[in-house]
Amino acid sequence: MTATATTPRKRRSGVSGAAPARTAPVRDSGRSFVVVSRVVLVALAILWLIPTVFAVKTSLTENGIAALGAQEILADLSPTLESYVTLLSQGDIWNWYLSSFLTAIVTAVLTLLFASMAAFALSRLTFVGRTLIYLLIIAGLMIPAQVLIVPLFEELRFLQLLNTYWAVILPQVPSVLAVFIFKSFFDGIPKELEEAARVDGAGLWRIYWSVVMPLSRPVTAAVAILTFVWTWNNLLLPLFVLSNPNLMTIPVGLATVQGTFGLRYADIQAGAILAALPVVVLYLFFQRQIVEGVTGSGIKG
Amino acid sequence: MTTADGLVAPPRAADRTDHLSAGRSRRRRSENLRGWIYCAPFLIAFGLFLIWPTLYGLWMSFTGTSLAGTNTQFVGLDNWKEALGDPQVWTSLGNTAWFTLLSTIPLVVIAMVLAVLVNLGLPGQWFWRLSFFMPFLLASTVVSQFWNWMYNPQLGLINTFLGWFGITGPAWLQDPSTAMIAVVITTVWWTIGFNFLLYLAALQNIPDQLYEAASLDGAGGWRKFLSITLPQLAPTTVLVLVLQLLASLKVFDQIYQMTGGGPGGTTRPVLLYIYEVGFTGYRLGYASAISYIFFFLIIIVSIAYMVIASRRSVKA
Repeated sequence: MTATATTPRKRRSGVSGAAPARTAPVRDSGRSFVVVSRVVLVALAILWLIPTVFAVKTSLTENGIAALGAQEILADLSPTLESYVTLLSQGDIWNWYLSSFLTAIVTAVLTLLFASMAAFALSRLTFVGRTLIYLLIIAGLMIPAQVLIVPLFEELRFLQLLNTYWAVILPQVPSVLAVFIFKSFFDGIPKELEEAARVDGAGLWRIYWSVVMPLSRPVTAAVAILTFVWTWNNLLLPLFVLSNPNLMTIPVGLATVQGTFGLRYADIQAGAILAALPVVVLYLFFQRQIVEGVTGSGIKG
Repeated sequence: MTTADGLVAPPRAADRTDHLSAGRSRRRRSENLRGWIYCAPFLIAFGLFLIWPTLYGLWMSFTGTSLAGTNTQFVGLDNWKEALGDPQVWTSLGNTAWFTLLSTIPLVVIAMVLAVLVNLGLPGQWFWRLSFFMPFLLASTVVSQFWNWMYNPQLGLINTFLGWFGITGPAWLQDPSTAMIAVVITTVWWTIGFNFLLYLAALQNIPDQLYEAASLDGAGGWRKFLSITLPQLAPTTVLVLVLQLLASLKVFDQIYQMTGGGPGGTTRPVLLYIYEVGFTGYRLGYASAISYIFFFLIIIVSIAYMVIASRRSVKA
């Protein structure tokens, strides 16, 4: 039991910092091998950064110069924030930010609560129907969300939720993946810790809320951040269920407005970068949790 | 139990077991209740927004439902028959399969190469991870804007770059012979980070002793890669492959925004066709039938994975 409890920790340190341990066996296998692999890696990294760097550079160029093409954009030495000022001074983008933040945060909170409660029951309680629930959830993994969009649209229309934030939030709350991530983490927490609390007279809810959840902070952070990012980036669902421009999320708003930008290439790229910025900031702050969440979800999913 | 010679002790023992089992069953009953209570919020959301639409969609595929909500009468298998005979369904399924093939191979192979290279122990791990993984977190709108601009025939970076060498680049997204490749390149750039991280985690779980033993036997870097790294990565490769197949089959966002399925429907995947039938053509019932044909394909891939995975675990 203690062995399983340490797996998440081992995996984390493995992903973030075990690299030096691996250097020794490879390094003695020929200097040229190492040099070639480094050159290839650097080349690939540059290749991977080019689209982003070019977009950033374009966004910092005047619309007039950007419309002349890549050569003029690269040669331009007078960066300007004009496009960002233009976009941010229009009210729409703030509405879209607000929509994206609200829907992503509420979705993340509800997902965390519902998924962790279900995972807690599946991990700690033996009850009739447990296997059934587990199988049902596994089956849910196979349903592609895109296929549900038509009946979901009809359902939300029937519930009169179209053009409300709930139409974006509620369908994204039942995250099967989140239950899996939580359950596999809970399974690794030694039960002795709860026994102590039980002796002190703690009820089930107190064990869940004050013992298990505080011990699960890393996995909670990972699920929260990934849910936030996925909800933030979702295009299909908000595209279908929100037609009111004031309620649109950032991806939908940008997708609908880009057509009217015409030749204002700098503005288009600045819009894309403004949409990406919160996610990039989130990544820079929570790099470890995100990496862990992705590897955890992949291994369990 | 009170019979025969046991006069004092047995009844008490029976009493105690009775009492105990009553307590246990009461506890079991309350555990049943509490199990369901803790699962309830998730199950309600799951039922309402996953199970119900799945079943409702199946029902819709047997009706003539339109977007206006009219004509919901039962039409039996008409939609299904029409879908199976609709050449557009087959072309879009073909496009989906073609996209899946073209994108899955590089997304597995390049991801593995990147992970192996990064895992060689270079300094600046955070930087490599940022370069290769960051795009995965970007919204499809952002990615599409970046790449529409890169691919711009006259102004974009790619054709400008080719122009420096006297090459006239194609109109990437508007040319039927390059549109699919262009979308695949974008997809590889965008989503490789996920597979890359899975491989990186798997590489770091390979015990060092294996490499040390191979070094003692005089194995070089390439030999070690072939006889240690590659076999050790096999389970991860199966996982990555299946996750990638499932993700590629579901392609919609970037194609919708980059080519709209064009030129001439050459990049239109089945999900885009479903979208067009349902929301531009207002035929929700028919769109549902096509969705289900597609859904079955996904289930087949998932089941194939489960079979492979279980066989693997039996072997192990």
